[in-house]
Amino acid sequence: MKTCLVVDDSSVVRKIARRILEGLEFEVTEAEDGSKALEICQQKLPDAVLLDWNMPVMDGFEFMGHMRRLPGGDQPKVVFCTTENNVAHIAQALSGGANEYIMKPFDKDIIADKFAEVGLIPVGQAFA
Amino acid sequence: MTPTEYEYLRKFLRDHSGLDLSADKQYLIESRLLPLARKAGLSNITELVQKLHGLGSSALATSVVEAMTTNETFFFRDKIPFDHFRDTIMPEVLKARAGRRSVRIWCAAGSTGQEPYSLAMCLKEMGAALTGWRVEIIATDLSQEVLEKAKAGVYSQFEVQRGLPIQMLVKYFKQTGETWQINPELRAMIQHRQLNLLHDFAQLGTFDVIFCRNVLIYFDQDTKINIFNRLARQIEGDGFLVLGAAETVVGLTDAFRPIAERRGLYKPNDARAAAGRPALAGAAPRMAAIAGL
Repeated sequence: MKTCLVVDDSSVVRKIARRILEGLEFEVTEAEDGSKALEICQQKLPDAVLLDWNMPVMDGFEFMGHMRRLPGGDQPKVVFCTTENNVAHIAQALSGGANEYIMKPFDKDIIADKFAEVGLIPVGQAFA
Repeated sequence: MTPTEYEYLRKFLRDHSGLDLSADKQYLIESRLLPLARKAGLSNITELVQKLHGLGSSALATSVVEAMTTNETFFFRDKIPFDHFRDTIMPEVLKARAGRRSVRIWCAAGSTGQEPYSLAMCLKEMGAALTGWRVEIIATDLSQEVLEKAKAGVYSQFEVQRGLPIQMLVKYFKQTGETWQINPELRAMIQHRQLNLLHDFAQLGTFDVIFCRNVLIYFDQDTKINIFNRLARQIEGDGFLVLGAAETVVGLTDAFRPIAERRGLYKPNDARAAAGRPALAGAAPRMAAIAGL
């Protein structure tokens, strides 16, 4: 089973994302900010990170930079999931090592499409 | 909605668009036509049916057909056909048309533009391979309203997140507030035209590639066969037909044959428009009868 770390300071968003990702057969762990997410990644890297941008303590962009520098940290697929919906932020995320980008609000179809796009789930599953 | 009203609407849609609703699509009618009825100042489906009875062809009749035939669509829908387009179709077309350096593509159910624009993006990604080539993409749809949206190329944040890789969004779209518009350069690659597949489409000319996805599923068998046979006359002998994931020619026509290991891809059979010639040896009697349509 593939693993996905959901990083978002809203417990509601984490809960919705967890339900969607478990439906796509991911084992889900949660973190409420970038710093807690980094601690989890230092123990064991997930296959995927669904990552909010604006969070207290450490934001998503800074977290991604630290995670990418961990041994094997280039492996996880990072999918941003944020209300930051302008081209400048998207371009910054991509050049910082993000694989995909979701502009909130999101639903199951968008998550499935984006996860299929980066090869985390088969294309057929996204359209099932 | 009474069973009589449902039957009336089924027949109405079959006659006007070829749309063949099965017996259990009441919910679809309700969800698509109730908003339309309200907009027209009618309170329910019953009143809508009464109004349609009294009119022959009218603006209301047209909107009913449009509301029922508009499908959900998104960029790079099903992904695989676009991989085939890039990896199988275009390399072969580039070789076969190296002499005249032109390629004609038809999106026969272009809808709100996601499919033709996805093809345009695929072609752009091919870069220098197409330098000096004349590329024509013609996108047709039954609905004028849908065509207007396709022409504008403006999509909601929700729409641009369905099937479209984020890199392509940044590269080929311009953000205006909450919406995203596809770049003028890509918009200029597409000609949008209104067309009902039930009517003659010979005037469109001949194509190297025809995308006809997720539209024939709504037609009854005889209409499908008729359309396949007419498509066969508009496709180059070495061209490609692309159908939706749930569609096939198998068991319906000999005008096309599936390509092995390329799901959804079809080639016309050697004798182009073979199905149009009733005398063709091997054509089933059923086919010969249909050719008279």
